Amino acid sequence: MSEHTIQMDKPIGETRLDRRVQDVIGKGVARHEGPLKVSGRATYAYENLAGDGKNVAYGFIVTSTIGAGKIKRIDAVAALGKAGVLHVVTDSDGPRASADPGDKKPTAINGQITHYGQPVALVVAESFETARDAAKLVTVEYEPTEGTYALEDAQDKAFDPGQGVMPSIVKKGDFDKGFAAAEIKFDQTYTTTSQSHSAMEPHACVAEWNGDELTLYGCYQLVSTNVGQLAAALGIDKSHIRMVNPYIGGGFGGKLGIGPESVFAAKAAKVVGRPVKLALTRQQVYQDTSRRTDTIQRIRIGCDRNGVINAISHDTLCGNTPGDTVFEPAGISTVFLYDGENRLITHRLAEVNVVLASAMRAPGEAVGMLALENAMDELAEQLGIDPIELRKRNEPKVDPQDGKPFSSRMLVECMEEGAKRFGWADRSKVPGARREGEWLIGTGMAAASRKNLLQKASAKVELRPDGSATIETDMTDIGTGTYTILSQIAAEMLGLPLDKVAVTLGDSDLPQAPGSGGSWGANSSGSSVYAACEGIIEKIAAKLGVEPAGLTLKDGTVIADNKQTALTELLAGEPITVTGTFKPGDAFKGTHQASYGAHFCEVAVNAVTGETRVRRLMTVAAAGRILNEKTATSQSYGGQIFGIGATLTEELVVDPRTGLIVNHDLAEYHVPVNADVPQLEVVFLDERDHAASPLASKGIGELALSGVGAAISNAIHNATGIRLRDYPMTLDKVLAGWAAGKQAA
Amino acid sequence: MRLTINGVGQELDLDIRTSLLDALRDHLALTGTKKGCDHGQCGACTVLINGRRVNSCLTLAVMHEDDEITTIEGLGQPGNLHPMQESFLQHDGFQCGYCTPGQIVSAVGMLDEAKKGWPSHASKDLDGTVSLDNAEISERMSGNICRCSAYPNIVDAIRDVNEKGAA
Repeated sequence: MSEHTIQMDKPIGETRLDRRVQDVIGKGVARHEGPLKVSGRATYAYENLAGDGKNVAYGFIVTSTIGAGKIKRIDAVAALGKAGVLHVVTDSDGPRASADPGDKKPTAINGQITHYGQPVALVVAESFETARDAAKLVTVEYEPTEGTYALEDAQDKAFDPGQGVMPSIVKKGDFDKGFAAAEIKFDQTYTTTSQSHSAMEPHACVAEWNGDELTLYGCYQLVSTNVGQLAAALGIDKSHIRMVNPYIGGGFGGKLGIGPESVFAAKAAKVVGRPVKLALTRQQVYQDTSRRTDTIQRIRIGCDRNGVINAISHDTLCGNTPGDTVFEPAGISTVFLYDGENRLITHRLAEVNVVLASAMRAPGEAVGMLALENAMDELAEQLGIDPIELRKRNEPKVDPQDGKPFSSRMLVECMEEGAKRFGWADRSKVPGARREGEWLIGTGMAAASRKNLLQKASAKVELRPDGSATIETDMTDIGTGTYTILSQIAAEMLGLPLDKVAVTLGDSDLPQAPGSGGSWGANSSGSSVYAACEGIIEKIAAKLGVEPAGLTLKDGTVIADNKQTALTELLAGEPITVTGTFKPGDAFKGTHQASYGAHFCEVAVNAVTGETRVRRLMTVAAAGRILNEKTATSQSYGGQIFGIGATLTEELVVDPRTGLIVNHDLAEYHVPVNADVPQLEVVFLDERDHAASPLASKGIGELALSGVGAAISNAIHNATGIRLRDYPMTLDKVLAGWAAGKQAA
Repeated sequence: MRLTINGVGQELDLDIRTSLLDALRDHLALTGTKKGCDHGQCGACTVLINGRRVNSCLTLAVMHEDDEITTIEGLGQPGNLHPMQESFLQHDGFQCGYCTPGQIVSAVGMLDEAKKGWPSHASKDLDGTVSLDNAEISERMSGNICRCSAYPNIVDAIRDVNEKGAA
């Protein structure tokens, strides 16, 4: 087996993906693993070792009933005395919540209760019912302390968290001076609440030991990172762990770090000498894994009467559990989205006794762009300038922070195309001017941007003597379409029909990929498949004694020097196997890379109840080459609908007295349901970003979420005349806004 | 006790506390039916009991000795998919796939309810035949949550099957 590495030091020009000889790249083909998923045959974590006589034991986690304090004593005698109970894990080095993806391992309990509902112990029994029942018999004695449960109560003690996924402070010029001198000064504060990923598959695993070797069937997004976290938590070398995650029932960031289930299950399985199955209950998913922090964000913009920005600032306050220092990079887009000489982006963190705050879909942009894009809308209205025109007047030619060229940037084109398709010109500029029966109708728009992230990735591709190919990598598919797009890349490169390409994912025994997170997966992992295929093509060329560039591969044949040969004949019984590796290089460092888009929304707000219904929602996006139009569109729908939830209904409510997340289930934490969502529109502009990767693609999975909520809330303002700055914009806030307006009048 | 799943009778020795969902997943290795919340809030565990859609997490296995239970495995398999499964595949009515069996089983049950003329919150008329437009489908499918948010494609997939009269 050989290796082929591509380091992206300069843009790559036209490739086989552009020539599209096989014509499968970009096509909206149905999902590779789809037949298994629609028939219930795809095996998710908990479902492993079902019905194979392996004598599986079942676990149930015991959680704390206070929000802050010390664990004095855990009494498991009654639980252990119950028939069918095998063991109770009470180790204090068990995890108190999920790990952040950047953590070496999850933070240990260490005798402390740092948030309500925190894992304390694990009961293992012969059956699920017995384990659940016995968990209630475990008594825990606490020494409670005064907890801090609200971000507002903790803000006086907020601190600078330092470097995270971005520096906590980014500045240029002199913001204070620039703002003070500005003709127009805009200064508003926006708040967002804690949110939950709420993937449909609760965190679950099966842990099986064979001597000192552990197999963990899990549901994690970043296999190579997660193996290391589990090994560190168990105090063993990672070479002793095999992690298997071929299907993951949604992640959205909630499964980037390992959850408490895998550490507890592995500990228990070792003791009882049997495989242990453990799924968190839905309530435990809310309280024991992670969330997106709530935020308090202040936006200040100084500009002239024409809206040309001279000073821009975005200050974010967010929270995390004591000891966890990850902050929400809400200002990440403000760094480069609009021009302006004087810039100040800051993030501060405060300690609260609420479960780990970690990455959730589009960390940073998802909540940061709500504030920024509301502010731009407010500023446009204040100046009497169309919101699109205001953004155009502040369109930077290069990254306004460090002067780097943009690898590609089609924000203006997205806004213009969207405006045309949506009928933006026909909107009423006066708020509250359109009414249909008891419904007030309004429209709004917002810009979208999402930083393009790239990671090192490897994949093994084998071209087999029968003319089929296999792709193997520990990359994951969390519903994003990884299986499908990797098969399309290999089929296009090697000139194979799609049904000749098989894909194996999510197994830590396979070459390492960066996993699914930050919208880097398709571009990074896809480029490693590209590299492997390029290596295979070189070997084919060598066999034929021609240059690789002179080869055309189509329908299982190779064409060179006007001669067509079947691959089966050329291979003559011998496979060609290449491990491809992709590394970001100078092309990434030398340019500013991001995906861009524009959202347009029409809402109806009920004049009696204050209820908001989204009637139309359109996103126009430019994210480089689209690898599969169908799965990319679905990803974008998902982002748009995540935004509908964040804007209108989603809010983790923390009891200020105890720290209990009151609405810890899917009946009370309101993710959008089918009836909350109209038929959506997604348009991709034709773009190739050759500096981004050999695929010329950029991230798409999070772009449609970035800023979309601001388009909705700007539409609420256009419908009602009320400016809400406190997400989610539930009906009570709309009614309160009207009441306040009437009082003022 | 005896359970009849997808036309096959099976003898089981179950705890009286075992839900129908856990009986399927933990005791019969029929893991196509998913557990999303165990509280009847998400619909991932939807099965058909005597043709009607039911959240299998909210009912105990021992209550179903004489019932005909249909799960996703009973609708079709790769190579021989049910028209609703095929339509979900073609319309990309899923992403991660975890809520999908529940969505599909629910959609099959829902079309039958509509055929029988059962009204919904979205129906303009409580009597007569039901015309399944997007609003009707969305309303009737709102007991099945999809966090990946394939809703627009789910609606398309179901409308397509309904219009073709295939299920």
